[in-house]
Amino acid sequence: MSTIAKLLLTRQIKASGFIARFALVAVTLLLIAPAVLSDFRLSLLAKFLCFAIIAVGIGLAWGQGGMLVLGQGLFFGLGGYCMGFHMKIVDAGPGNLPDILSYSGKYSSLPTLWKPFTYAWFAVPMAVMLPMAIAALLGAAVFRQRIRGAYFAILSQALAAAFVIVIIGNLSLTGGTNGLTNFQSFFGLSVVDAGDQRILYFVVVIVLLFVFILTRSLVLSRYGRLLIASRDDEDRVRFLGYDPARIKLVAYVLAAGMAGLAGALFVPVVGIISPALLGIVPSIEMVIWVALGGRLVIAWAAAGAVIVNWAKTSISEQFPSGWLYLQGLLFVTVILFLPKGVAGGIEQLRAMASRLPLPGAGRLGAPSVAATPIATRTPAPPAAPKAAAAATATAKAKEIA
Amino acid sequence: MDVILNQLFVGLSIASILLLIALGLTFTFGQMNVINMAHGEFIMAGAYTTYVLQTALGTGAITVAFGLALPAAFIVAGTLGLILEYLVIRRLYGRPLDTLLVTWGVGLMLQQLARDLFGAQNVNVDSPSFLDGGVTVAGVDMSYPRLFIVAVVAVVIVAIAMYMQRTPAGRRMRAVMQNRPLASVSGVRTTRVDRTTFFIGSGLAGLAGVGITLLGPVGPTLGLAYIIDAFLVVIVGGLGQLRGAIIAALALGMANSFIEYNTSTSIAKAGVFLLIVLFLQWRPQGIVVQQRRGLQ
Amino acid sequence: MIRLILGRRAGHILALAGVALAVGVAGCGSSNDTTTKASAPSTGNTIPVGILHSLSGSMAISEVSVKDSELLAIDEINKAGGVLGKQLKPIVEDGATDWPTFAEKAQKLISTDHVAATFGGWTSASRKAMLPVFERNKALLYYPVQYEGLESSPYIFYSGATTNQQIVPGLEFLKEKLHVKKLFLVGSDYVFPRTANKEIKAWAKANGMTIVGEEYSPLGNTDYATTINKVKEAKPDAVFQTINGDSNVAFWKQFHDSGLDAKKLPVISVSTAEDEVRGVGIKNIVGQYVAWNYYQKTPGAVNAKFVKAYKAKYGADRVTDDPIEAGYVQVHLWALAAEKAGSIDVEKVKAASKGLTFDAPEGKVTIDGENQHIYKTARIGQLQPDGLIDTVFESKGPIKPDPYLKSYAWAKGL
Repeated sequence: MSTIAKLLLTRQIKASGFIARFALVAVTLLLIAPAVLSDFRLSLLAKFLCFAIIAVGIGLAWGQGGMLVLGQGLFFGLGGYCMGFHMKIVDAGPGNLPDILSYSGKYSSLPTLWKPFTYAWFAVPMAVMLPMAIAALLGAAVFRQRIRGAYFAILSQALAAAFVIVIIGNLSLTGGTNGLTNFQSFFGLSVVDAGDQRILYFVVVIVLLFVFILTRSLVLSRYGRLLIASRDDEDRVRFLGYDPARIKLVAYVLAAGMAGLAGALFVPVVGIISPALLGIVPSIEMVIWVALGGRLVIAWAAAGAVIVNWAKTSISEQFPSGWLYLQGLLFVTVILFLPKGVAGGIEQLRAMASRLPLPGAGRLGAPSVAATPIATRTPAPPAAPKAAAAATATAKAKEIA
Repeated sequence: MDVILNQLFVGLSIASILLLIALGLTFTFGQMNVINMAHGEFIMAGAYTTYVLQTALGTGAITVAFGLALPAAFIVAGTLGLILEYLVIRRLYGRPLDTLLVTWGVGLMLQQLARDLFGAQNVNVDSPSFLDGGVTVAGVDMSYPRLFIVAVVAVVIVAIAMYMQRTPAGRRMRAVMQNRPLASVSGVRTTRVDRTTFFIGSGLAGLAGVGITLLGPVGPTLGLAYIIDAFLVVIVGGLGQLRGAIIAALALGMANSFIEYNTSTSIAKAGVFLLIVLFLQWRPQGIVVQQRRGLQ
Repeated sequence: MIRLILGRRAGHILALAGVALAVGVAGCGSSNDTTTKASAPSTGNTIPVGILHSLSGSMAISEVSVKDSELLAIDEINKAGGVLGKQLKPIVEDGATDWPTFAEKAQKLISTDHVAATFGGWTSASRKAMLPVFERNKALLYYPVQYEGLESSPYIFYSGATTNQQIVPGLEFLKEKLHVKKLFLVGSDYVFPRTANKEIKAWAKANGMTIVGEEYSPLGNTDYATTINKVKEAKPDAVFQTINGDSNVAFWKQFHDSGLDAKKLPVISVSTAEDEVRGVGIKNIVGQYVAWNYYQKTPGAVNAKFVKAYKAKYGADRVTDDPIEAGYVQVHLWALAAEKAGSIDVEKVKAASKGLTFDAPEGKVTIDGENQHIYKTARIGQLQPDGLIDTVFESKGPIKPDPYLKSYAWAKGL
């Protein structure tokens, strides 16, 4: 009884700690960053925050749900193209053909695929719904067949690769490898104007914070626990009478929706959407951000996207050829030694700090989860410590979220 | 008729290339559950080995260099595999998805290394003169390089089958594949078997690299062009299944050849991907399912 | 106890320290733009200029050589006293074969480094991605590669050929010298081959040539067996090839191995130059044709000097080719324009560029004031056993650039 009381108490403390941390990040992003950064750096940050939205989704599907989603580029691209089509049509003005379409000389009026994107009420929801619908179709089939682990990862990758080929192959409709570029306006905002770019930045920040809060409360809910449980032992969840396929599907579909949303915001912020952003390599990079930040903690997954991209931009500015080595090395060391990313590292440091002055007291924060594999294995892992691990994992997630 | 025969040969040729690049993976993936994304870079290492030997021996000895390259590339790529296994992968057993990400990072570094060592441009690897040109049999044009790759694959398959079925080492390998803990308690030193498997698997990638030089470019990003195809063969075939991989490669090769002939290269590629997704709905474990002697 | 803990976690701490370091470097990297923000572009004794090519990713194969020739030109200019008495300071950025990265780095060069001009790009996609950035900032981009035309941005100078300086002469060569009646089109699947082939089809219609087939393959494709079978079946007199990048190597190797050669079936390519031939293997391509404006063997003292300097700087085994030369020329063109204008101000440089001429390795080039393309001599070359290219057909003097093909009757309605 007293342990439960203690648990409740600590949770409350943790919750207030979370609010403080959340407020700090929000203030930094909303007030300090725009004041300190130049226009160029601020628009870069906006781009990275778009990536952070994808990362939140990956954190949910992979970190909490154990599905290594290696094809998020597909959903990001779908969102981006939905928004891109709409912006191109608006830029061209009513009755005129967007430059991409007139280029091929094939069309004299809007092709059927483009037509619905004339309307914002269609294009904007589509940017999120279309990825979700496709994820739902794929996920429903795949999870019911109990395709998981590496199979699922490589399958989702193949799908992203196929999507890229389709986009490139339909040059006259999609702009091919060039993609859609040279946008002028976004809902009345000028994509070119620095002031309007600032407004866009705030839009991205607010969307990110909203998506984050939504995901976090989902992870902390009953559903979140089931998701983590299916990650750690799918069969056990099934024996308990739940359907892990359905549980995983929800997380996967949400992650796809977030990637689509990020794509839709990315287009006005960066001003381009092209197949180069959607293929296998970018899809793997997206997972890398999350792995580096910390897959188990949503906030750190998002931070990972910003950290990695910021480092990429700055380091490749300083040493153009060194970045590839550094990226590879960083990646290898982090996954080897810090399977929980930066988040796990900080947690360990904290645990050590608490251990140093008072050797006995650190046991509470002992990093026990680090040793247990997070990913679903193909051969079923020894099940004994699993339930305990799942419980600890949930507690951890809350602790740091 | 000619058309069909010609495309059958193209299909066979594509299948042999797919099989060549995927053979090594079937074992590392099948036995050790390691998703080695650096496999493509091992193929690249094999290709560059051919280049280095050719440059070292000069233009007079292209055939000799090519002959030497086959064992040399096997050893070079195999050794790279061993180093990777020792430094990285053995720390990650039981975390297959993490091996995917780590080896991806290793692959990036190897690419940049190749760029720094050999330059960013593609290098030229000449095919030996006896592989120049081709032969036409019953209206089917068969180029010697493609026939050579088919032959290499056939030899490799026979060698592997013999190794797996007839040697004690092969028996140990099968034992580990089927049930690791049981093999371990029966006195099989699983770490050593793992290391051997990884050496052979990576070595086969090197061999593939030598074959690839006959058909395609040799440059730092060579591996990227093949890695996904290789994984798809393994997944469709079933983990660790030589028979499965052969059937899968043939099926994918033929599908590619005939779809491409009737439509276009782009549609063929996308079409094959979609076929695979559909196929896995039907048989999620692949064509041939591993019999595991353990509780699933 | 402490040692015990540290010992067990040394690896973790190391890794964390590594991450911290990376972030630290990142922080330093980003802080410098606020400090340079105030400084005007050309204060001090140097003028910053940007170089933006893919140094990594699949396009590095082609673009690194162009970066090298641009740096060579900057070296030469600096040795000769610089521009307006100031030394040029090249700032090299990596586009990483990623189009948004090109846009990002272009913006960075403009707003953080305040470059006077940027030299860069190779693929159409990278140019299309950078175009709005340069137009928005009213900054200059020099683009060194032949391309599909149908573009003329006021802030881009196009130092490579447009279609009427490369593709049209190539077709005329096929018609007049090789008497080709049936043509097969093979290309990579992206905007340049698609646009080029559209123009080829229009031209063929007007000139009594039939197109007997048209095939596209994804960029990076490595298997051309089926494509070649289709070509064989269609029995064309020649193939017009617009395959780009790595796939080129696969195409030529497999074309050769299928028993075809220049005598049986001539191929004319518009994207295989000397630099690519090195990776193809000369025996696979010898005797075939290419269409460009410059070859390493193009006669003239200026070219001899350029080739010598390039090899001296980067190694005797390196070769020069059309985009490499265009990269070299465009740096000189900008420097000349800036000298003429007496300023590096963008509008003044643009005004001074009108009709500007330069003795380039390919011969005398002139900037067209109207569309900022360059008058170029078209040359059809044939691959020689030494891996170099001999000119076998040459246009009468430099051709006026016409990116929209306005002056050709057959191109109406394209």
